[in-house]
Amino acid sequence: MAQRVVIAMSGGVDSSVAAALLVRQGYDVVGLMMRLWGEPTQDAAFNRCCTPDALAQARRVAAQLEIPFYAVDAQTVFKTRIVDFFIDSYAAGLTPNPCIECNRHIRWEFLLNQALDLGADFLATGHYARVIAGETYQLLKAVDPHKDQSYVLGVLGQAQLKHALFPLGELTKPEVRALAREIGLPVADRPESQDLCFLADGDYRRFLREHAPASLRPGPIVRQDGTVVGEHQGLPLYTIGQRKGIGLCGPDPVYVIDLRPADNALVVGGAAELGRDRLSATRVHWVAGMPPEGPIQAEVKIRYKAPPQPALITPQPDGRATVLFETRLRDITAGQAAVFYQGEICLGGGIIVRAPDPSTGAAARNA
Amino acid sequence: MTTIYLDYAATTPVDERVLAAMLPYFREHFGNPSSVHGPGQRAEAALERARATLAEVLGCAPEAVIFTSGGSEADNLALRGLALAAREQRGARHIVSTPVEHEAVKATCHQLRDHFGFELTEVPVDRYGQVSAAAVADALRDDTAVVAVIYGNNELGTINPIAAISAAARARGVPVHVDAVQAAGQLPLDVAALGVTTLALGAHKAYGPKGVGALYVAPGTTLLPVQTGGSHERGLRAGTPNVPLIVGLAEALRLAAAERDSHNARAITLRDRLIARILEWVPESALTGHPTERLPNHASFALRGVDGNALLMHLDLAGYAASSGSACKTGDPRPSDVLLACGLTPEWASGSLRLTVGRPTTAADIDGLLTTLPGLVARLRAPVAPASAGA
Repeated sequence: MAQRVVIAMSGGVDSSVAAALLVRQGYDVVGLMMRLWGEPTQDAAFNRCCTPDALAQARRVAAQLEIPFYAVDAQTVFKTRIVDFFIDSYAAGLTPNPCIECNRHIRWEFLLNQALDLGADFLATGHYARVIAGETYQLLKAVDPHKDQSYVLGVLGQAQLKHALFPLGELTKPEVRALAREIGLPVADRPESQDLCFLADGDYRRFLREHAPASLRPGPIVRQDGTVVGEHQGLPLYTIGQRKGIGLCGPDPVYVIDLRPADNALVVGGAAELGRDRLSATRVHWVAGMPPEGPIQAEVKIRYKAPPQPALITPQPDGRATVLFETRLRDITAGQAAVFYQGEICLGGGIIVRAPDPSTGAAARNA
Repeated sequence: MTTIYLDYAATTPVDERVLAAMLPYFREHFGNPSSVHGPGQRAEAALERARATLAEVLGCAPEAVIFTSGGSEADNLALRGLALAAREQRGARHIVSTPVEHEAVKATCHQLRDHFGFELTEVPVDRYGQVSAAAVADALRDDTAVVAVIYGNNELGTINPIAAISAAARARGVPVHVDAVQAAGQLPLDVAALGVTTLALGAHKAYGPKGVGALYVAPGTTLLPVQTGGSHERGLRAGTPNVPLIVGLAEALRLAAAERDSHNARAITLRDRLIARILEWVPESALTGHPTERLPNHASFALRGVDGNALLMHLDLAGYAASSGSACKTGDPRPSDVLLACGLTPEWASGSLRLTVGRPTTAADIDGLLTTLPGLVARLRAPVAPASAGA
């Protein structure tokens, strides 16, 4: 009997083509779509990833491929693991990446468990990434560098990868579109999956004002030397490296250098003060299942769209690691993920912690 | 893998004899019943034969039968038509209904309340979802326009005492609308015995085609038409009658009435086996709806702590087509209002399962389901296997 694969469907072109490829490969394919939490609005409360239209589209694709398809409720787990986490992170002065947490807790925990429970051998998604089975399972970048999504999958471990299929990993986006046309999938150019899919309008600042007003406390804008130069409207409204919209006038451009929750201060400075050559990460996860024995030379991405930067990664106790870059990076942001690569191979990653205060900087440097 | 279908309350396959009766009216006798010529006359003859056939099933005059596009339209025509006419005639502005109505009635009542200025009283039901004549009588007012009560409930299977409810309402001069869509084909439809003013019917739950229904309208009743246009159906429902489907409706309900006793006896045997075994073999399961006064083909349950939607998915993949009682495919786990109205807690009401048998159902089908279900329920109640991703 054919092995069963559950494919996470969104109604979009990627997961639709992925489903079609799995059917071609002879798997027993079951389509699932998660009903995620969405911000209640006047009309409804639909997550932008699973609107009634998206659901109907996924159903049409499943019907065309003649595979069973079901909607699965994940609203409660999504609200607690993703939305509340998102709010708490901003309240703690961090800039979270909810897509990573969604892969960690929703797709590759909640949904994987659902799939295994349905007797599936694999969970497949329309992500652009590759898995190679060997002595251990390795996570590789996608062949299409423009579409590579290994950054958000760096939280997967051996227990997930042995069940993971990414049918699009070897394909480029134009090839996927061509396949969609060839198969005759009814997927016009729908928008890509939405970042911050649970916001009614994509405006996280408005969302925080309405849903977590306590996270937005006005506070001082300070220079690194402590001089107060203004007042900010709440740390979550700013990001590291931001120049516009700080509300300061002056001859020289001023940038956000740091968000300091300890005294609710927004630290600003000139271009020369911006940037660091190191970061410290927590909740560090290694795809192989264990950290390397000592420091390793690798490349590190500090944002989804950031280019990989050469760095020395030193594993630390308690699931931490330090990363020393060869150059200064302007926008190392606490709360974002630092994901480690050696060439095509994704080694894992961690969550960037707040930079140590200058007083303890020396200790960090010696670590 | 062939699926064993246990969702006959959702819909049924068209009976071969019904299909055979319909087929000539798609191509051979395709005329418009309103036309003067021979083809039109032949279509009209078929239409009126169907009306007479259905009238015989209902025990009424053919003029009392109005064909519609289905049960929902019949409910809409009756409720909106009665309510608006009663307001015009005697200033009525109040509607009495129940919390266990089908959406077609419930949503129409809500619209009449929210947009047409009617007050709506939903009378309480007992723990079986059954409406009592006394509760209806208590809710009646001098300005009540209409009472709407479902005959056999789609979700619970509970049968309501329509004759008693009608008597109570008509004693106060209030018309009674009954949704008999789920009951059609299984329960007696003698409108005189039921004492109703209007009665909504559909074909597709009784081995007839989808997209066709009928409304019985008692003589002397004033209805404001909902769909206006030509003078079809005594001016109460404009639109060229769908002759083949109407022929199918009449034939389906004629056959159902003729074969009711044998069909029901068979269905009750299968239903009672399902109920007895599930209550015995599935821990923390409860029958929903009335234990005896229920539709012959209808078994419904609440399973504590089970996600009803997940159970349906697992059953489908195991080869059994079942339902939670109300069709919802969006993955929203909200427990049904009907079950909550019966006093179930959300923990029980979220785990609803409806199994409805039909003419093709065999004892082997039931036994297959009974061997599969307890294990699936146990698995869904067990904490999920750990497969958590990186810390």
